[in-house]
Amino acid sequence: MINLTIDDRPVQVPQGATVLDAARKCGVDIPTLCYLKDVQAIGACRLCVVEVEGAKALVPSCVAPATPGMKVYTKTKRVREARKLVMQLLMSDHAGECLTCDRNEKCEFQALARQMGIKQNDWTGDTSPRKFDHSTPALSRDSGKCVLCRRCVTVCKEVQGVTALFPQNRGFDTKVAPAFCQDLATVACVQCGQCAAVCPTGAITELDETDKVWAAIDHPDKFVVVQTAPAIRAALGEEFGYPPGTLVTGKMAAALRRLGFDAVFDTNFTADLTILEEGNELLMRLKAALAPEEFKKDGHHHAGPLPMATSCCPAWIKHAEYFHQDFLPNLSTCKSPQQMFGAAAKTYYSRRIAKHPTDVFVVSIMPCTAKKFECQRPEMESSWSRDVDVVLTTRELADMIKQAGIDFTSLPDEQMDAPMGMSSGAADIFANTGGVMEAALRTAYEVVTGRQLPFDGLHVTPITTLEGTKEAALTIRGCVPEWSFLEGKTLKIAVTHGLANANRLLEKIKSGEAEYHFIEVMSCPGGCIGGAGQPRMTTQAVRKARIEAIFREDEGKTMRKSHENPQIREAYEQFFKSPLGERSHQFLHTEYFGRERV
Amino acid sequence: MSINVQHQCTCETASEEELMGRLEQVIAEYRDVPGALIPVLQIAQGIFGYLPECALKQIAVGLNKSYSEVAGVVGFYSFFSTQPRGRHLIRVCLGTACYVRGGKQLLDALKQRLGIDVGQTTPDRNFTLDVARCFGACGLAPALMIDDDVHQRVKPARLQAILDQYTDGSTVPTE
Repeated sequence: MINLTIDDRPVQVPQGATVLDAARKCGVDIPTLCYLKDVQAIGACRLCVVEVEGAKALVPSCVAPATPGMKVYTKTKRVREARKLVMQLLMSDHAGECLTCDRNEKCEFQALARQMGIKQNDWTGDTSPRKFDHSTPALSRDSGKCVLCRRCVTVCKEVQGVTALFPQNRGFDTKVAPAFCQDLATVACVQCGQCAAVCPTGAITELDETDKVWAAIDHPDKFVVVQTAPAIRAALGEEFGYPPGTLVTGKMAAALRRLGFDAVFDTNFTADLTILEEGNELLMRLKAALAPEEFKKDGHHHAGPLPMATSCCPAWIKHAEYFHQDFLPNLSTCKSPQQMFGAAAKTYYSRRIAKHPTDVFVVSIMPCTAKKFECQRPEMESSWSRDVDVVLTTRELADMIKQAGIDFTSLPDEQMDAPMGMSSGAADIFANTGGVMEAALRTAYEVVTGRQLPFDGLHVTPITTLEGTKEAALTIRGCVPEWSFLEGKTLKIAVTHGLANANRLLEKIKSGEAEYHFIEVMSCPGGCIGGAGQPRMTTQAVRKARIEAIFREDEGKTMRKSHENPQIREAYEQFFKSPLGERSHQFLHTEYFGRERV
Repeated sequence: MSINVQHQCTCETASEEELMGRLEQVIAEYRDVPGALIPVLQIAQGIFGYLPECALKQIAVGLNKSYSEVAGVVGFYSFFSTQPRGRHLIRVCLGTACYVRGGKQLLDALKQRLGIDVGQTTPDRNFTLDVARCFGACGLAPALMIDDDVHQRVKPARLQAILDQYTDGSTVPTE
C-alpha cells in the first residue's frame, strides 16, 4: 500500500493507483473530461491537473501514479486558474448551443463549466470548420461540439475492434472522424453507438426520431403498437432519478399507455419466439453434424455449420458482414426479437385485430442504436411494409415521457397487453451477456432430455459474469429417444461481449484452437443492458446493477422457460404452425450479406 | 528489415496494375511485422509518387487496419501526400532557426517564382512545394530540401540557380 496526502489529508491506496484514484478515495472531486474509468486514461485534456509538492509543472492526476509520501494539492489558486484556462480554451472552439442540444442538462462539458464557475469566456479566435453527419440510420455527428477527448476513438478501437472513428489531420486541424473526414456511411461502422454512449458532449448522439412517433400517434388511422426490449425496464428509471438497477416494468407500461400507444407489447414475447426457432435450429445443426444419416432420413437436406452463433445483435451481424464473411453461414438465420416482433405484429396480430398491415405502425423501444439501422435493412420487409417502422432508444422514450408531462415516479404499475405482452423469465435475460445462451439452453436441454436444465436457479453461472469471454460445457445424459444421438455428448458453448473480444474468439475458432457448438455474441459490454441507447453513463457498477435487476425480473416469474409461454403456443397454433416451418422461414428468419470493408 | 524509400515517381511509366501488384508484394512482406503501417505507406508513396485512394484501401485491407486509422496516419505526417506530386519535391524548412533567418521569405520567393501555393504542384508537374519543420541543419539556416538534397544558407537570389539543377534535360518535357 502507498501512503500519501491529498490536500493535507492522509490516504492509503494500493500499488498502481493514480493520484485521481487516491483523491476519489478520500472524497475529493477532481474534474475530468477525457478520462473515463475502465475505458481511457491518457492525460490529454489537462482538466484534472493538480499541484504536487516538489514537481515543477502541474501534474495530470488521471495518469500520475500515486507514490509514497506524495503531497498533492487539488484546489490551489494555480490549479484553479490552470483548469479554468484549459476549460475556456476548449469552450472557445465548442458550439455551445446548450438550449437546443440533445445533451442539455445531461452534458458532462456543461456540468464542468458550471462546476468551475465559468460565467464568461473572453477567449475568441479561430474556430474549426463545422461538419454535420447524418449519413447513417442510427447516429448523428456534429463536429462543432467535439472537444477531441478521444473517448469514442478508444471505445471504437479497443472495445469494439472497429476503428470507424480516428483522429484525422494534425494540430488545430485535428478532427475525430471517419477516414479523410468523410461521412460515417463511407466507412465500416457497425452502428453500435458506443461512441455516442461515452461522448461527454452532444458531438455524437443517436438520430432523434421522436417526431416520427408523435406523428404516428397523432395520425387518426394508424394503430400504433409499441414493443419494449427487456433491457429497458432495468434502466429507464435512471432517467427519472431512480438508482441504477431499479425495475420499472409496471410504470413503463403505464407511461406508454398514457403516451397514446394503442397496444403496449413486449419484445420479450418474440424473445421467447426466438428461443423456439433458434433452439430448434441449434438442434437441427447438431443432428446434421453428429447424426447425418438420421438427419437425411428425416427428409432434411441442409443445416448450417457449427458452431452456431446467435443473431440477436444487429451490430454483431453488421460486424460479421464486414469482417468475418467466412463465418456468415454460422450465424443463426433467426431474425432478432425486434424484427420478429415487427413481422409478427403486422401479420399474426394484425390479422387478429382485422387490420391491414400497413395500418399498423410498429415502434420499438431499444437500449440500442444499431436497431435503428437494423429496422431499415431492405430484407426486413416481410409484412408488405417495414416490419418495424421506428426505433427509439431508452433515452428518446424518456424524452417523450417528459415532453408529455407525465410524472413518471407517481405512475401506478400496469401490465402489458395480451397477447404479445406476455413472456417468460427466459426472455428477460436476453438483456444480459450470457442471457440468450442461458434462455436457449433452458429450452433445448428440456426438449432433448425431458428434464429441467441442471443448474441452480436455472442460471448457467459461469456465463453470467462480466468477463470478456466465458465458456461452459454441458454433458447431456438421459436423452429422450428422438435425440438419442446426443447421449453422452458434451455441448461446448462460449459467450462473449464487446466486438474486440468477439474478434479474438473467432480467431481462436478459425485457427482450430477452440471448438464450440454454440456461441453467443453481443456487441456492447455487458450485453443490451449496456447498450448505447441506455441512460448515460454506463459504468461497470451500473452494468452490474442492471444485470442483477434483470435476474430479479426473471426469478420473479413463475414461467421461466420460453416453451412454457402459452401465448407462444397460441401464436404457432393460429399462425406460424411449427418452429422452422414454412411460415417461420417467411417471417421469422433472414439472410446475411457480405459488405465491403473499404 | 531495411526500408527502401524511393521518391522517384514511377506512375507515368508503369501501369496502375503493375504498381498495385508491386504494392501487394510489399504488403505480403510486411503483413506480420508489428508497426508495419508507416513503412508500408512510405514504400507505397515511393511506388506511386503519392498515396492514391486505391493504394490506401489495399493497405488497410492487407494489413488488417481500419481505413479511418490509415487515413489518420496519412493526415498526421506531412511527409505523406494524397495528391499527385511533381517529379521533384521542394520542402522549405520553417523550423525556428530557419524561420528567423529568412525561411519565410524563401518560401514566399518560391511561391512567386513557381506560381503555386504550399501543397501544390506546378502545371508541368516538375515541382511540388511543401514546408517542413527542421531537417537538423539549423546551423546552416535557412535550409530547403529538394528530393534528398539539402541546400543550406539559401538566399532568394540563389533560388533560380538551384531550381535550374532540377529542370535540365533529364526531366520529362511539359505536357
